[in-house]
Amino acid sequence: MTLLELTEVTAFYGPVQVLEGVSLSVPEGGAVGILGANGAGKTTTLRAISGTVRAGGKIVFDGTDIRGMRPDKVAALGIAHVPEGRGTLAGLTVRENLKVGAYLRKDRKGIDADIEYCLDLFPNLRERIKSHGSALSGGEQQMLAVARAVMAKPRLMLLDEASLGLAPSTAKNVYQAIGRLRKESGIAMLVVEQNANLAFTLVDTATVLETGRNALTGTSAELKGMDEIRRAYLGG
Amino acid sequence: MGTFIQLVIDGLSAGSIYAALALAIVLVNQATGLINFAQGGMAVLAAYFAYTFLQWGVPLILAILLSVLVSFVLGAVIERFLMRRFERGDPDTAVVVTIGLLTLITGLCGWIWSFNNLQFPSLFPVQTVNILGAVVSIRSIGTTLVIVGIMLLLQLLFLGTKLGLALRAVAVNPQSASFSGLPVGRLLMVGWGLAAGLGAVAGALIAPSLTLTPGMMDSALVYALAAVILGGLSSPIGVVIAAWMIGVLENLAAVYVPFIGYDLKIAVPFILIFIVLIVRPQGLFGRKEVVRV
Repeated sequence: MTLLELTEVTAFYGPVQVLEGVSLSVPEGGAVGILGANGAGKTTTLRAISGTVRAGGKIVFDGTDIRGMRPDKVAALGIAHVPEGRGTLAGLTVRENLKVGAYLRKDRKGIDADIEYCLDLFPNLRERIKSHGSALSGGEQQMLAVARAVMAKPRLMLLDEASLGLAPSTAKNVYQAIGRLRKESGIAMLVVEQNANLAFTLVDTATVLETGRNALTGTSAELKGMDEIRRAYLGG
Repeated sequence: MGTFIQLVIDGLSAGSIYAALALAIVLVNQATGLINFAQGGMAVLAAYFAYTFLQWGVPLILAILLSVLVSFVLGAVIERFLMRRFERGDPDTAVVVTIGLLTLITGLCGWIWSFNNLQFPSLFPVQTVNILGAVVSIRSIGTTLVIVGIMLLLQLLFLGTKLGLALRAVAVNPQSASFSGLPVGRLLMVGWGLAAGLGAVAGALIAPSLTLTPGMMDSALVYALAAVILGGLSSPIGVVIAAWMIGVLENLAAVYVPFIGYDLKIAVPFILIFIVLIVRPQGLFGRKEVVRV
């Protein structure tokens, strides 16, 4: 069953049109990648979904048209956006960040259990539980951003460049944990990633964007095999 | 010894007034990331509201509570319809807007209620008690206790409640907070409303001793900002202790340091600020912001 469906989505920053018509769909529990060069519109596609950029076209989540909805309303429907540049709340401790993630939930026991789950998923965070977000390393901040999204118990997670600025081994660790999260929680994921090889460890299908449009869509296996695509879009 | 204790206690009482305003500034800063220079002006406006309610025959305590309530709404409205336009832009612009707001409110108060000094009754009886040879007014004790109570409530709000956590999260990064479902706009309104309500308490506490004028809070605002810098923007307890320190030290300096005297005592908080900014830029009790890239 389709959880999220984008049809010919356009988006603007002021007068500048960034998305010319992006379509994609994420099935329930599935993981879909958005690949492409810098400026292709990957991040903007996620922002259109979470309501942080003015968008046109159709964005339907679980039967509801969410285009133009406020970010907190979108979050309340079950979409957790992990923004680029890590989005940790710098002045709050790790535990406080996790509690903010659970803002819309009322089940105290479930929240405590999920904090425990996040600390199990990212053991580095357990050691830093009382540290402020700003005192964490880049990798730890990324882990915290993902963990905060987990705390919302979302049905869909929007992951933006989780590997950005991380050492290769750290990036791999983060993706491994996210892979485990996907398997154990069944959260559907829409993953923006410059590093295509990392993305392919997580997603089943992917779409390649070029100047705000879909250039190509296929399964991970299909895309991996296309040499010219690799050279043109995936940087290697 | 009697003089010394007298000076300390008077200083604590004056410091409590600065503390009330400083707490309101900290509250807005924790909830929005801004310094609101109009906080003093809003407190004066609240005192005028209370004054007007008194004229209508409302009992004092009820008049003050009503002015707190009206201020809460007014603070929220100012956030929604004025500050909202500037929150996404340059923070410096927003701060300048608050300075403009201060001028506007002062002018409005003068226009509506005149620039003459108005008598404002005190919540506490005028009697004095004798403590260790010092004559202490019950008003001073009452003021100080109210401030301690508010300080503890604020500390509890920020560190012990979901609302406080949400307010802080929104101040740090509104967009990122909204991704966790926090209604950013509503929380900012609540933050401004709470600060304005707190300012109204400060106004009601200070008006009896200074008499009510549109510029009543101007010098208190200077001291409050000094307390905020000294104590650290992130610490309610810190700013209250800093405000008391300022109140006490300026009193002591006026009497015991001959070249300062009463004329120069306003320089005392600034000398303190210089020293603290050099030695501990985050304030005595503030947390250092560490930014890693």
